[in-house]
Amino acid sequence: MEKITNFFKTFLLYELVKGMALTGRYFFARKITVQYPEEKTPQSFRFRGLHAQRRYANGEERCIGCKLCEAVCPALAIKIEVAEREDGTRRTTQYDIDLYKCIFCGFCEESCPVDAIVETRMFEYHGEKPGDLYYTKPMLLAMGDKHEEQIAKDRAADAKYR
Amino acid sequence: MMELLQTLQQAGLELLGPAWLPIWTIVKIMVITVPIMLTVAYLTLAERKVIGYMQIRIGPNRVGPYGLLQPLADGAKLLFKEIIIPSGSNKFLFIAAPILGLAPALAAWAVMPFSEGMVLTNVNAGLLYILAMTSLSVYGIIIAGWASNSKYAFIGAVRSVAQIVSYEIAMGFALVCVLMASQSMNVGDIVRGQQGSLGMLNWYFIPLFPMFLVYLISGVAETNRAPFDMAEGESEIVAGFHVEYSGMAFAMFFLAEYANMILISFLTAIMFLGGWLSPVPFLPDSFIWLLAKASFFLFLFLWLRATFPRYRYDQLMRLGWKVFIPLTIIWVVVVAVWMQTPYWLW
Repeated sequence: MEKITNFFKTFLLYELVKGMALTGRYFFARKITVQYPEEKTPQSFRFRGLHAQRRYANGEERCIGCKLCEAVCPALAIKIEVAEREDGTRRTTQYDIDLYKCIFCGFCEESCPVDAIVETRMFEYHGEKPGDLYYTKPMLLAMGDKHEEQIAKDRAADAKYR
Repeated sequence: MMELLQTLQQAGLELLGPAWLPIWTIVKIMVITVPIMLTVAYLTLAERKVIGYMQIRIGPNRVGPYGLLQPLADGAKLLFKEIIIPSGSNKFLFIAAPILGLAPALAAWAVMPFSEGMVLTNVNAGLLYILAMTSLSVYGIIIAGWASNSKYAFIGAVRSVAQIVSYEIAMGFALVCVLMASQSMNVGDIVRGQQGSLGMLNWYFIPLFPMFLVYLISGVAETNRAPFDMAEGESEIVAGFHVEYSGMAFAMFFLAEYANMILISFLTAIMFLGGWLSPVPFLPDSFIWLLAKASFFLFLFLWLRATFPRYRYDQLMRLGWKVFIPLTIIWVVVVAVWMQTPYWLW
């Protein structure tokens, strides 16, 4: 009996019609496309975008040149040179992130003891000529100054999970 | 409509004498081919839209309102691209192949009846002509594959030729059933044979239902469309026979594929679904019915592509040789016997 029903099912294309009914239903389903420049998907406060260096509220840069981020970076994208400043504190003289190498893993951010290097929510950036995506210390600090409000909010939101 | 055409022809004859005939024929050819080309262009958009919708995406919508200018943008892009001719290729055949692929797809329209009397050439062996023309398109593919002088193109061509040749037999036998039922090879007479007081119950798809399915599926295989797109096989052999083609030469293969899809859709509508005949007796027969039926089949082509994964090659051959051909041969006999009994009502 089963053989007979199977025979007729094969010849009446039962499975095929069933499959087409499924795609047919989806034809009328609500579309989930996010039309990018006008609409954007929600971002997590842990979003790992473009890097930034933060400052304390008094304007002093946070980075103490411990080189933990340089050590942890799996892509070897960070380059740090350190020297003593006039006031005797340890500061970086050079802090470069090569975004061509960076894999946006977030390890630098994780390893930083003073929350100096962070990854912001910025992901819409580009370089127009070679070297444009080689971020130096002033560029990173400028990023931090520009987005400090959002960065602080994101750190606060993430604080209770740490 | 017919009177208008008659008066137009009369006026032209009086004005230009015998020179009018070729002009009039060219006008008629243009009236058929230009809409086909436009349909091809918008079929590409429809395909992307339909498949997008079935994958809960929205498809192209950036060029013009609802993406309606997308085909023009694609066409312009392809026109301005360089046609690269591989150094080891046979240049003449390399250029001739896309033309050979497209020409039969358009030539077959010569005998296509659009409504009562609306046909470019009313030949009595129209069905044979259509079979011949659809068979010819395989030469475009094999020449393209051979002339490219590339093993990938050649493998693609061999695969697709084997596939087309196998399915053509089943397709031909399915049409044999149709011409047995209609007792005519004239495509217009085949439609007229489906005329009757019962509307859609008079159409051949009822007594020839298995043939209808065979013809439709073979048609999908014949045009190298998913799920039978072994010739292209994006995940296996990249682009198959047209892997070496670029620019407008590539676009010609594209045009040919879509023109063939439209042709198969119209043929299925004419052979099995009564062409321009109305499905219900109280509505008048009209060209619109043919368009509606063909559009449904075109949608079905896209629907199939959105639904089914690609066949494996041996399964494809098994389906063609071990299922379709025996089925069609059996049905030819069944129809022959059936027609001798008083129970043949069509």
